[in-house]
Amino acid sequence: MTLVAFQPTSKGAPSRRGVKPRREGGIASYFFVAGYTVLLVAFGIFPTCYAIYLAFTNDRGQFAGVNQFSKVARDYRFLPAFENIAVYLVMWLVLLVVMTVLAAVALRSWVRPGMSSLLRFLFYLPGALAGVASVLVWLFMLDPDVSPAGKLLRALGDNSFAATLNPSHLPVIFVLIAFWTGAGGWIVVMYGALNNIPDEVLEAARMDGAGRWQTARQIQIPMIRKWITYMSILAFAAGTQLFIEPQLLQTASLGRVSSTWSPNQLAYVYAFQQGDFNGAAAISIFLLVLGLACAGVLVTRSALFKLEDQ
Amino acid sequence: MGLVMAALALFFVLPVIWLLLAPSKTADQVVHNWPLSFGSFSQIGHAWSHLMSFQNHAMLKWLRNSAIYSGGSLILTLITSVPAGYALALTRFRGRTTLLVVTLITMIMPSATLVLPIFLEINQFHLIGTIWSVILPFSFYPFGVYLVYIYFATSLPRDIIAAARVDGCSEWQVFAHIALPLARPVIALVAFFSFVGNWNNFFLPYLVLPNSDQFPVQVGLNQLLSSTPSFNPVAGAGLNITIPELALAIIVAILPVLVLFLFSQRALVSGMLAGSTKG
Repeated sequence: MTLVAFQPTSKGAPSRRGVKPRREGGIASYFFVAGYTVLLVAFGIFPTCYAIYLAFTNDRGQFAGVNQFSKVARDYRFLPAFENIAVYLVMWLVLLVVMTVLAAVALRSWVRPGMSSLLRFLFYLPGALAGVASVLVWLFMLDPDVSPAGKLLRALGDNSFAATLNPSHLPVIFVLIAFWTGAGGWIVVMYGALNNIPDEVLEAARMDGAGRWQTARQIQIPMIRKWITYMSILAFAAGTQLFIEPQLLQTASLGRVSSTWSPNQLAYVYAFQQGDFNGAAAISIFLLVLGLACAGVLVTRSALFKLEDQ
Repeated sequence: MGLVMAALALFFVLPVIWLLLAPSKTADQVVHNWPLSFGSFSQIGHAWSHLMSFQNHAMLKWLRNSAIYSGGSLILTLITSVPAGYALALTRFRGRTTLLVVTLITMIMPSATLVLPIFLEINQFHLIGTIWSVILPFSFYPFGVYLVYIYFATSLPRDIIAAARVDGCSEWQVFAHIALPLARPVIALVAFFSFVGNWNNFFLPYLVLPNSDQFPVQVGLNQLLSSTPSFNPVAGAGLNITIPELALAIIVAILPVLVLFLFSQRALVSGMLAGSTKG
């Protein structure tokens, strides 16, 4: 009966003008988001609340105030880990944003389509090795004895695998690994976003006498700004959770690399070597707050959420 | 600009070429020959049989496990994230903004932050060591929802949707007959990132799957690394897992992801809105 009642509002309308469409989506919207919402609660919200709960209690489940936070913050390994990650993040974000946007614009406007397609494939290719595989490959790339860039490593003064893994080199090494596996995928996404800009817009810019650089700076890059922001947020998040890379380098270097180089490693040591889940959760909350602060800045400055009713 | 592109191409491709060539050489040749030289095909066969004899074909078991985990969660991810992204972008409902904000927050939150609590949660529900302990957390993919949301919000004109409603389409019809056909590029994109991400995921399966028989291939690679004499002289002694075998294992482990990329490249390259703005 309700179905019948619904029909005339739209179908029977003599003219589109003046007819107020029913509330967009209505009850059906809940059906569309139901499955995702269940997963969100089960594997997003619930575990987050659990981490917060753990961070504010002790191992007997008693409320501990900020004791866990002050305990981990006083740990002598805490500040160095965050310093390491900060140096890494600055280098990583600058390189990523500059290079992916530059490459995407070049592939869209400078390079012939066939070549552009081939290059995108080649840039993306290492993305398939993200995770353990990429670290293993780079263990070899950083070993002057087997690396194709062995001459380059030696020229930089790294005559052995151990010399390459000098602690001061680690941020650069992790940036290289992250860029090698991650940048290509983002170049593909940026290129896709650039492709969405109608040809007419670019044509009009050309007619008005805009050169390639001007078109890129004043039309293409502003029009994909949303994606650049989005990429930065995700890259930041991924950067703060650096874990496998230092962990595997630590194993492969027979302990020369610190086992608590990154905050996540420190949290891991807390949880699985010291059996202190509460301390581990407290470190996680520090990381979480850090990520939220950065995302907040990006979200408010990039109009990412100006998609409410126009 | 050409120079920058060439340098980039070299940086991205050189390690891959090295990786592809390494299994054709003996451990000795890898060190002493030119890094980009080719050994022999028969040597690849030797490396393969060494790799296969490691823990009685463990490599094949790990690959099958990875396929089950990544494939299962890919299906669940698409079923849940595409309608959700669509509804967030093109419908209005109570709680929409909250859901959107929570999605963004969860998405930017370091996922490793949640690994430990998810482990405890799964433990609580006695799912440790089951395939669901990996598939269900993998299926939760806010990035996918956000990609779909951004796609629909920026590419599908609201007027088209409004017109379809005026013409009597039900909400399901609007979604299935108008939005979904236009969403192919973004579905490919989500499927692609989800599969690649899950196939390469290490941390969660490492914690929730205690048994080597259940390892996905990434966790298997880690075990292989700690069994390599060059990195672990003690545990690796007596095993035939050297650099060429390890390189071959890496290639085999990433092969499915490469194949997937070849198939979805068309959708990726065609651009996200080509259909709706130019069609």
